[in-house]
Amino acid sequence: MDLHLSAALPTEQERLAVDAALGIPSSGWTGGVRDIAVDGRTAASGHAARAERHLLLPALHAAHARAGWISPGALNYVSQRLDVPPAETYSVASFYGMFSMEPRPARVIHVCDDIACLTRGAGAICEQLENKLGPPGSAWLRSPCLGLCERAPAALFTEAGEHPREEALAPATADALCQIANSGVIPPGSPGNSVPQAGQPQLRLLQRIGKVNPQSLADYRAHGGYEALRKAVDMGPAAVIREVIASKLVGRGGAAFPAGKKWETLHNSRSNGRPHYLVCNADESEPGTFKDRVVMENDPFALIEAMTIAGFAIGAQRGFLYIRGEYPLATERLLHAIGEARAHGLLGAGTHFDIELRRGAGAYICGEETALFNSIEGYRGEPRNKPPYPTEAGLFGEPTVVNNVETLINVPGIVLEGGAAYAAIGTERSTGTKLFCLSGHIARPGVYEAAFGATLREVIDLAGGVSGSGRLQAVLLGGAAGGFVTPAELDIPLTFEGTRAAGASLGSAVVMLFDDTIDLRKILLRIAAFFRDESCGQCVPCRVGTVRQEELMHRLAGNHPLVSVTQEAAVLRDISQVMRDASICGLGHTASSAIESALKRWSIFQ
Amino acid sequence: MSDPTNAAAPNPLIPIPRGPVPLAPPAAARCQIEITIDGRKLSVPEGTTLLEAARSIAIDTPTLCYLENLTPVNVCRVCVVELEGSRTLVPACSRKAEPGMSIQTDSERVRLSRKLVLEFLASSVDTSTAPALRSYMERYDAHPERFGASAATVAQPVKIDNELYVRDYGKCILCYKCVEACGEDAQNTFAIAVAGRGFAAGISTEFEIPLPESACVYCGNCIGVCPTGALMFKSEFDMRQAGSWDESRQTQTDTICPYCGVGCTLTVHQQDNQIVRVTSPLDQQVTDGHLCIKGRFGWQFVQITAPAGPPPASTPKDAA
Ligand SMILES: Cc1cc2nc3c(=O)[nH]c(=O)nc-3n(C[C@H](O)[C@H](O)[C@H](O)COP(=O)(O)O)c2cc1C
Ligand code: SF4
Ligand code: SF4
Ligand code: SF4
Ligand code: FES
Repeated sequence: MDLHLSAALPTEQERLAVDAALGIPSSGWTGGVRDIAVDGRTAASGHAARAERHLLLPALHAAHARAGWISPGALNYVSQRLDVPPAETYSVASFYGMFSMEPRPARVIHVCDDIACLTRGAGAICEQLENKLGPPGSAWLRSPCLGLCERAPAALFTEAGEHPREEALAPATADALCQIANSGVIPPGSPGNSVPQAGQPQLRLLQRIGKVNPQSLADYRAHGGYEALRKAVDMGPAAVIREVIASKLVGRGGAAFPAGKKWETLHNSRSNGRPHYLVCNADESEPGTFKDRVVMENDPFALIEAMTIAGFAIGAQRGFLYIRGEYPLATERLLHAIGEARAHGLLGAGTHFDIELRRGAGAYICGEETALFNSIEGYRGEPRNKPPYPTEAGLFGEPTVVNNVETLINVPGIVLEGGAAYAAIGTERSTGTKLFCLSGHIARPGVYEAAFGATLREVIDLAGGVSGSGRLQAVLLGGAAGGFVTPAELDIPLTFEGTRAAGASLGSAVVMLFDDTIDLRKILLRIAAFFRDESCGQCVPCRVGTVRQEELMHRLAGNHPLVSVTQEAAVLRDISQVMRDASICGLGHTASSAIESALKRWSIFQ
Repeated sequence: MSDPTNAAAPNPLIPIPRGPVPLAPPAAARCQIEITIDGRKLSVPEGTTLLEAARSIAIDTPTLCYLENLTPVNVCRVCVVELEGSRTLVPACSRKAEPGMSIQTDSERVRLSRKLVLEFLASSVDTSTAPALRSYMERYDAHPERFGASAATVAQPVKIDNELYVRDYGKCILCYKCVEACGEDAQNTFAIAVAGRGFAAGISTEFEIPLPESACVYCGNCIGVCPTGALMFKSEFDMRQAGSWDESRQTQTDTICPYCGVGCTLTVHQQDNQIVRVTSPLDQQVTDGHLCIKGRFGWQFVQITAPAGPPPASTPKDAA
């Protein structure tokens, strides 16, 4: 394959930005200066350049952060650097919500208009911005959930340039956003308190938050950090895995799969001569979910240590930390923590394990583990068909363990105290403690830690009870892919088995409250729009099903059903069933679960 | 020379084969696997897909994104079957048989999913040149109109930017076949790919530049695999526009491409004594039904027609 490039050239700034991400090109064949003496008789592109395809997303990030969009010249340059056909580079770049393929102002405000922020005034903010800054699309954009729900209403500021800036703006007001959009100056704000329980002695996962300096390895160590890694190394991989199995720790990313089982599979195949990978899933884009962010921002070393232990146990030399693109502060803190750990011989050179951080670019679907692999590898974030499962053929086709951030940060405790002690916390089938994301009409929104077994009511009480009108209408459990429950169901135990028995799901542990002033129809419409926007588009049931579902919901909400409401209900049942039965991945499988759960519980449409 | 029977010393540059020419090593014997399809037990070689297994006992399974000469992408989901013990249905085209699997190919769940997939497609794309899809719709009693007249579609203007073929993405079901044929599975040109996301995703060159500016080499392999007529010979497109396209008046003749030593089989479609398009059989052993620009489009020379306008000026020879 020879690359066929248009005549468009990158600007000097774009070229430098891409070079800063990829290094200086080694020859004229891959975008460097043509030197006949060096390049004249050899072709230096091909396999070597293509082996770097996994740098496609970082290179696109660099170009976008410099120019504010992916220009044809920058696209050509990135394609040439990595020997990727420009049609494929375009295909990958245009997949991500954060990338603009058209010129756009350098400064853009992304305003969250998703469900948690809707309950706290996001609708009014968008209206005012529309009046003052014009329709969304250039100076400001509507965004799906930014993972800042405890500080709703939220926005994200991005500014391209030589020193690109990204910063969360929450809680936001329309006036402040307009000022920032015009001046680019962000007044110092208070970050608020995302962990109202901070400092309480019973905390395990949140124990250091508020006490430890997230930017100091020494302070992390002073608070017990890296003791678990030392103990793990003394125990050896097999013993670590035995303890994780004994702990009965299950994944916190939504699928509730036993962590020890995955680890054991990789450990058992350690001598098959293939590289093994660890991937930490920090894509956290499920509406209403922000627990991983709060941990990464406030205790980043905990995740780095946990990944190091996991990598050691499963025999991985390389770990990837894939974090959603909308988390600038967490990204900065983690990069710093990785750098510190390397500098102190805890990672990288001289050890057997290293971690690379990769940023997503606005695609909920990249949280699906196989889509995440494709995204890291430089392909569109489209899920792969399973089987094969990641433990057989994952990242780069090799055996891979994927774990959620919260799953991993449970591991140091398990190593220190032993699996049996861990398993004694919680219930028989849901062991340990759990982080819950409380948002919406709740008195003290934030991340809460509770032992498994606490009921929904108890968790709501932890956070000070219902706010807003004080009269609870509904709770969304588990996120947009989860389901609604009524105030009569508050005694559901928030365990994997308890929520399942109640016909709900724990999902990513979202607990979002809606008081009785909220029009649930609007919430359902926003959820339908979310899935329509976030479907990768690969398979027909989800690509078209999410569109037909949204259209139907609009007809019901607007009170103009096609034939009758009953008829529409039947069509909706068919749509949900084909999405659940025939879609490739979990996004399609759950795209109608929240809507179905609501229609089952309330007669919203008559 | 250690071989005494070898009288004349052979030219060392040209080793003379002795004895029979060695054959390729036999394919490793594949073990047989027992599975059950619609209550019938059968045994298939390891590695067989459920689609192949079903076809081997004459169960007709609809497919749209699957083609024998392409890697399965399993995206259309019209081939789904019910696998005992699986929470969801599974795609027959890519799922391999495993020992003891029990499959239902015509259960109520399967029929519902297939019907919905067809309704989803037919409510969003123009199916007027997709006969297979239409026949499946009849078989599964699909009624795309039940989503209402205002259901969103992918309708868009036809792209006519070259003399050889047109792209009418208002007919595209996003089966990924053309992308595979243009890329890894055949042509290795990578001129087109899927751009955008979700319902807005579509087949595109970079920044939607016209084909003549793109990497396209006009092999036409994308047209060869397109199941919907979204990609169409310009000759066919023009005749359809003029109302003269009539497949009942067409003949198909297999011949060998006259251009090069590869010797691809060409199927020449002819109407009214004109070649109207060229395809190649998928089971063609050399190139699996893929061609290059010459075989695909280079046949104007057999049917030079008088250019429109005044007849050419007479030459001295004519006058003689
Ligand atoms: C559409 C979709 C989005 C997902 N998003 C995330 C996510 O943001 N974070 C996460 O940890 N898991 C997410 N998952 C689940 C992952 O596929 C995977 O199960 C998980 O990362 C495994 O880690 P665990 O076993 O530690 O839970 C998502 C799944 C789907 C289908
Ligand atoms: S279910 Fe949706 S998100 Fe998942 S592969 Fe299919 S189209 Fe993509
Ligand atoms: S004609 Fe050939 S090169 Fe051009 S887009 Fe189609 S498959 Fe690709
Ligand atoms: S143009 Fe044809 S082959 Fe390509 S994706 Fe669309 S329907 Fe499939
Ligand atoms: S033919 Fe199997 S999914 Fe399309």
